[in-house]
Amino acid sequence: MRTKRVVFRSLWLPYLLIAPQIAITAIFFLWPAGQAIYQSFLRQDAFGLRTEFVGLENFARLVNDPLYLKSFTTTLVFSALVAGISMGVALLLAVMADRVLRSALFYRTLLIWPYAVAPAVAGVLWFFLFNPTIGIAAYFLARLGYEWNHYASGTDAMALIVIAAAWRQVSYNFLFFLAGLQAIPGSLTEAAAMDAAGPFKRFWTIQLPLLSPTVFFLLVVNLVYAFFDTFGIVHATTRGGPGNDTAILVFEVWRDAFEGLDLGFSAAQSVVLMAIVIALTAIQFRYIERRVEY
Amino acid sequence: MVENRPLTNIVTHGVLILGAAVFVLPIWIAFVASTHTGREVNRGLTLWPGDQFIANYTTALTEGVATAGAPPLALMLFNSTVMALAIAVGKITISLLSAFAIVYFRFPFRVLAFWTIFVTLMLPVEVRILPTFEVVAGLGLLNSYAGLSIPLIASATATFLFRQFFMTVPDELTEAARIDGAGPLRFFRDILVPLSRTNLAALFVILFIYGWNQYLWPLLVTTDESYYTIVMGIQRMLATSDQLPEWHLIMATAILAMIPPVLVIVLMQRLFVRGLVEVEK
Amino acid sequence: MTAITLRNVSKTYPGGVEAIKGVSLDIGDGEFLVLVGPSGCGKSTLLRMIAGLETITAGEISIGERVVNNLEPAERDIAMVFQNYALYPHMSVRQNLEYGLKNRRMARDEIARRVEKAAGILGIAELLARKPRQLSGGQRQRVAMGRAIVREPAAFLFDEPLSNLDAKLRVQMRAEIRHLQRSLGTTSVYVTHDQLEAMTLADRIVVLNGGVVEQVGTPMEVYERPASLFVASFIGSPAMNLVPLQQARERAAIAGLVNGSVPSGLSTDAVLGVRPEDMTVGENGAGADAVRFAFTVTAVEAVGAESYVHGNLQGGAGDIAVRMPGYHRLEPGTVLSAVTAPEKLHFFAGASGQRVDRAGAAQ
Repeated sequence: MRTKRVVFRSLWLPYLLIAPQIAITAIFFLWPAGQAIYQSFLRQDAFGLRTEFVGLENFARLVNDPLYLKSFTTTLVFSALVAGISMGVALLLAVMADRVLRSALFYRTLLIWPYAVAPAVAGVLWFFLFNPTIGIAAYFLARLGYEWNHYASGTDAMALIVIAAAWRQVSYNFLFFLAGLQAIPGSLTEAAAMDAAGPFKRFWTIQLPLLSPTVFFLLVVNLVYAFFDTFGIVHATTRGGPGNDTAILVFEVWRDAFEGLDLGFSAAQSVVLMAIVIALTAIQFRYIERRVEY
Repeated sequence: MVENRPLTNIVTHGVLILGAAVFVLPIWIAFVASTHTGREVNRGLTLWPGDQFIANYTTALTEGVATAGAPPLALMLFNSTVMALAIAVGKITISLLSAFAIVYFRFPFRVLAFWTIFVTLMLPVEVRILPTFEVVAGLGLLNSYAGLSIPLIASATATFLFRQFFMTVPDELTEAARIDGAGPLRFFRDILVPLSRTNLAALFVILFIYGWNQYLWPLLVTTDESYYTIVMGIQRMLATSDQLPEWHLIMATAILAMIPPVLVIVLMQRLFVRGLVEVEK
Repeated sequence: MTAITLRNVSKTYPGGVEAIKGVSLDIGDGEFLVLVGPSGCGKSTLLRMIAGLETITAGEISIGERVVNNLEPAERDIAMVFQNYALYPHMSVRQNLEYGLKNRRMARDEIARRVEKAAGILGIAELLARKPRQLSGGQRQRVAMGRAIVREPAAFLFDEPLSNLDAKLRVQMRAEIRHLQRSLGTTSVYVTHDQLEAMTLADRIVVLNGGVVEQVGTPMEVYERPASLFVASFIGSPAMNLVPLQQARERAAIAGLVNGSVPSGLSTDAVLGVRPEDMTVGENGAGADAVRFAFTVTAVEAVGAESYVHGNLQGGAGDIAVRMPGYHRLEPGTVLSAVTAPEKLHFFAGASGQRVDRAGAAQ
């Protein structure tokens, strides 16, 4: 790894400078992560009095636990929907905003601020909007003949958390898509226009292919977001219900640790989540490396 | 735009305005709800603000939602501000220092230190919930501002951002400073930090929002209501099983919870966008 | 006042690359010494070793009375002007000038006095409140010099300070640097790859090649008596004609030589050098001992006041250029003769490239 050509010489100063970061990392990141792995091989009784080493038993329980497997599927469906919807909407808006360059900044201002809204708060907002008795969205759905009830219907509850999660993430995706589109040289679209390609054709043949690195990058970021940052939405609104239909993996870990007090089982889930993050981060960094080459 | 046809223009603006409207709608409804009495809200469907704005917000700020056991919003707002500022300032400080060490010194274990910091990227709170809670509890940091902020201030992204920026600072500046008699700390203070100003500001915007919006962490480390943050406290108001939620106050809370970060983003849009793009590089 | 001494100074990089191979130099008090050479010859490395920005692998550098090998740059009492100026972008011009003095805890009024004085000398007094980005290239250059001057150091070190300026400004700043150094009388070491800059600025020139000193001398010494083939090819514009000798009847010979002879004792792999400006075309005014080459014209370059005639020496490989005053139209293929005096011929041994001085007056 590179340093500067020009460096300072000191035997102790660099250690002093880096010590706070390393200390916090070691105490609050590495040690707990190690503990999680360690605990995933243990079983504790409910009072924490007896602990025994059980090898891979916790993982075996995971694989055979229908609730956990369901949570896995729920998470996949949820993540795919959030990523797909938020990216799709964002791309549409970004393409439109890119077409009206002069007002792009104006629309950007209108569209970016939901990113500042905490996921939990976003969840509460939509929870209210869709409230079956007093929510305005539920009211209009009822006028259209659909009886919305996220307390009773798993599908409605899933739709609710997807909307809340995607609503907030559109801002983020929009920013990156708009930046990506504006980085495409105008001469390219102009050349395509002279080649008699209409706006739609230009989008599919010029803009989208050139945006593909952004698309890929955002896909990873959105998946990470949907996997890990949406705990607040679920916890503040549906609480995993009804009938575990919205219990995503992170929520499941939390519940098993703090409500179920099943430490080994929760730790095993943490280890699985860790593997997922590591995989996603690795993909992201491989991609960044490639981008550096160009 | 290549074409200049009125029809496409109208469609384009139409889509954008519709999009913006969908984005604003939830906020508008929330605001409207926060200006009516609880009974009016529970009757359903109001689209225009009522006259309870001052009453509701005063109640929320000074008394909180009593039925849900949440403290007054003023206290939660204060806690959120302390936490967000501590996280932003803390992350920036320790990341600046460690990036400086990694870029401007060669020392044994330098690469190891770099990878140690890198690993934090792969270990978000969500994957180590319980053991981290145990560490914080063991250190006696539950229900404290230190417990709310310190465990979150390790930052690989901020360190990488500064490292990347430092790599672009011309070596000649360092050499000129050395000839001018500046040692490493003086160079850091007089040259490097002032040169990083824009990056610092951009990062501050991002990290303030990050800190403000924390949910799981305050949920874990606070049991004492007087340390609740507003983003995390809002769920306590919903969790009333025996009676109807006080929606007018909850919506006032939601509005208050989003005002600071939204203001930061809108007022510092340029810095925010820059920060976001830089961090993700 | 300050002399700088280098004794067998070497620099080997961790990868094993030898950048400087045993250089010894004595730089006199108040002298303006120019290190010149192609890129990669080690001239900047050598300067940076004097500055303390590069470590010294072997040998000894003294500034004044002190051996400075292990001193920090700030402790060496030198000031440096960088190629890209290295002005602190967030500081005003005044702050840039003051920074080194403040770090040395100099009294405020002394700092102010020095800054005013330097600004006066350089004509940047009205720029003191500006930031570097609000300055033109030439102004930045002046501020960079000002930062060196306020320090009143024992020596100035210049690392290609003019190479970022346009041609016209470069000539002007060259004259200013020369004037400034003379009036301050501060020992100066100046690195450049531009031999014209070296010739016009230097008291003495050091020609470096591959980390080795090829020649040390005044500009005229280096020009008139290049010590090696490398120096001959590097100093002078247009470059010296270099023609390999040929073998003819057991002796070294010169292609196209009409009148004159090759000194005895030269091996056949030696090289003849003669500057274009030391030759004339035609026969007029040449004495009996004049050396004459016959050559076939291939091209004529007119540069205004003079023309350079390019051609092939007759009877062998070898291209030469000859300077002619004024403008001439010559058809390619014309056969001409180039005339020069015997003492204008330089010979270099083939294997070592070292200059071979003609023993006695052998003609």
